[in-house]
Amino acid sequence: MTTTDPDNTSTTSVVGGSRSTGTKATRVIGVAMVVAMGWLVLFGLVLSPADVNQGESVRLLYIHVPTIWIAYLSFVVTAVSSGIYLFTKKHSLGWDRLAGASGEFGVAFVALTLLVGSMWGRLTWGVFWQWDARLTTTALLFVTYIGYLAVRRLGGSHHQRAKRSAVVGLLAVLLIPLVHWSVVIWRSLHQTASVLDTDGDIDMDGTMLFTLFVGVVAFTLLYIWLVLHRTRAMAMEDMLEDRGLDIALAERRAEGVAR
Amino acid sequence: MPRPVDANDVASDVVIELREVVATLGQFPALSGATMQVDRGDIVLLRGSNGAGKTTLLRLCAGLLPVARGTASVLGHDLVTERDLVRPHVGLLGHQNGLYSDLTVAENVRFWAATVGASSDEVDAAMERMGVAGRLAGVAVAKLSAGQKRRTALAALVARRAQLWLLDEPHAGLDQLGREELDSTLRQAAASGATILVASHELDRAESLATRTIDVIAGQTHDAGESK
Amino acid sequence: MSALKVAWLIAKKDLQVERRSRIITNQVVPFAGVTMVIFGFALDANTDVLALVAPGLVWLATMFSLLLLVQRTFSVEADDGALDAMRVAGVDARAIFLGKAFGLVIQLLALEVLLLFAAVVLYGETIRLSGAVLLVTTMISATCGLAAVGTLYGGLAAGSKGRETLLPLLTLPAVAPVLIGATRAVESALGTGAAELSDGWQWVSLLTVFAVAFGVGGALAFGPLIDE
Repeated sequence: MTTTDPDNTSTTSVVGGSRSTGTKATRVIGVAMVVAMGWLVLFGLVLSPADVNQGESVRLLYIHVPTIWIAYLSFVVTAVSSGIYLFTKKHSLGWDRLAGASGEFGVAFVALTLLVGSMWGRLTWGVFWQWDARLTTTALLFVTYIGYLAVRRLGGSHHQRAKRSAVVGLLAVLLIPLVHWSVVIWRSLHQTASVLDTDGDIDMDGTMLFTLFVGVVAFTLLYIWLVLHRTRAMAMEDMLEDRGLDIALAERRAEGVAR
Repeated sequence: MPRPVDANDVASDVVIELREVVATLGQFPALSGATMQVDRGDIVLLRGSNGAGKTTLLRLCAGLLPVARGTASVLGHDLVTERDLVRPHVGLLGHQNGLYSDLTVAENVRFWAATVGASSDEVDAAMERMGVAGRLAGVAVAKLSAGQKRRTALAALVARRAQLWLLDEPHAGLDQLGREELDSTLRQAAASGATILVASHELDRAESLATRTIDVIAGQTHDAGESK
Repeated sequence: MSALKVAWLIAKKDLQVERRSRIITNQVVPFAGVTMVIFGFALDANTDVLALVAPGLVWLATMFSLLLLVQRTFSVEADDGALDAMRVAGVDARAIFLGKAFGLVIQLLALEVLLLFAAVVLYGETIRLSGAVLLVTTMISATCGLAAVGTLYGGLAAGSKGRETLLPLLTLPAVAPVLIGATRAVESALGTGAAELSDGWQWVSLLTVFAVAFGVGGALAFGPLIDE
């Protein structure tokens, strides 16, 4: 940032002066998302068959798999936009807000994944939790990004927030492979008998695969819709704070004149 | 916006140049539009009530606070883009002394001098000048009086060869002798090319020291002209 | 002044502060000892179980102590504004990071030796000579990783509200790979639960990669993290 002009251009360009976070694009995505969710309910609960081994509990996977996919997607988005914020000359706050919004939904979707996953685990394996590599990595990922969100709330100026959280966001990327590596060697050394022979992979027939596909599409649309609205809401919050600064500035200057 | 400073300014005598600078503490605009110019060898008194923005102004000049709006350059370097180049030449003595209370006076001064690679002769000279050599040198900072701590911090500043001294209430906690010593030290330093900004409540003391006075009112600066 | 030289200065200064203040010796070491004792209570003083899980408990106690050590090492800097003073003095942030981390490594290593000794005395753990090389390598590589993560997040939390709670939230998930790796490697070194000596070395490579990744990443990230 080489200039410090009063108008935060990146803020205004995102919001475009509108008072709502919705645009034509978000409305289209919103409608498409609702339709896809309807399909998911129809296929997931009615049209797809129960699994030979897992019975009705297989239906939980139609939420479980898409949510973990979205969670990983959002952490990738957080990392990439943190990097773009940090390493581009412009240091646009738009990327910081995208990173933050994506991180928030990432945490929410991981929470949903863990919740649905443990319900499915109870039904299928007989236990809520298994210390396997994937589960453990996911749980640590969850806590790591809760930390990331805490860093975002530390306060300070917008650019200070952006710089700090971008660095922490990138450090998390450094951490994930190390966590995964450690957990994989750990679990491969200690072969525990799993309750089920498989670790959740099942022979899916056409309808089941299609249902899963619908789920992924529906949740991806939901994610995009949420992130668009959230980044715009964040832009508005930032703008509000900037406007608050203008008012405070005017007050402080008036205070000086009155003296 | 390109900064209005060309390469020649680096060699010129302008040490601080602020134009309409706004700086915030959280969302509070502690500086609401500071414009000032300070030349090499000046001893400038910053005069103003509590909360007027004196401390913020000093911290900004030290490169500790980001410039929210406006343009600022210190020692020929832009404060927005080149803070790292400004800092090594600036010494800030604020409400805190930046000392390690468990270490002795000499250890503290030596530590700060060593960060810039100053020789042990410079350390000794600095401690001598601030009157913390001799018996005091071996005393832990925790056991010093407020004035002695201040003198130790100043010795560290001298030892680390700061060109721009930003002093926040430097007379506070010093006895009469200490104040006079401090003043003569500051005059000496200014004569040998250091530039000094002093924020102070103790106006008679500071006014006799300063070559110029700047009023700080509600985050804005008003040049009150030459003192003498 | 090269960054490494300054880092060494800072580490030396930290160790000197500890030699004078004895805060870690008088408070953190007893805390770690008490932790080992209450693990014994929690596991019903069952020596069969305790000997089996001793390596994990040693590292767990190390990690809890790490949080205290990090808080202590940054309160030394923050108490009288020394961290600000370092930033004003233009001390290279990488040097601050490496210096603080190195000071922590020395303190942690000393603590780990004591904890291992406590495991021998309290839990009936045995140390075998054939695993000595693995044991020492593991301790050094794991400790470097712990110190790097601790310094990194300690510096981030140092200037902020709620630092006491933010530090463990950020640190503990990040050091999870170290806890897993170091525990397994020490099990191999000690032969706990018939663990093979050869199994330990793959963990050492993980711990080394971790230490290097966070050492380098932390040195680069530290500047932006502590700056305003």
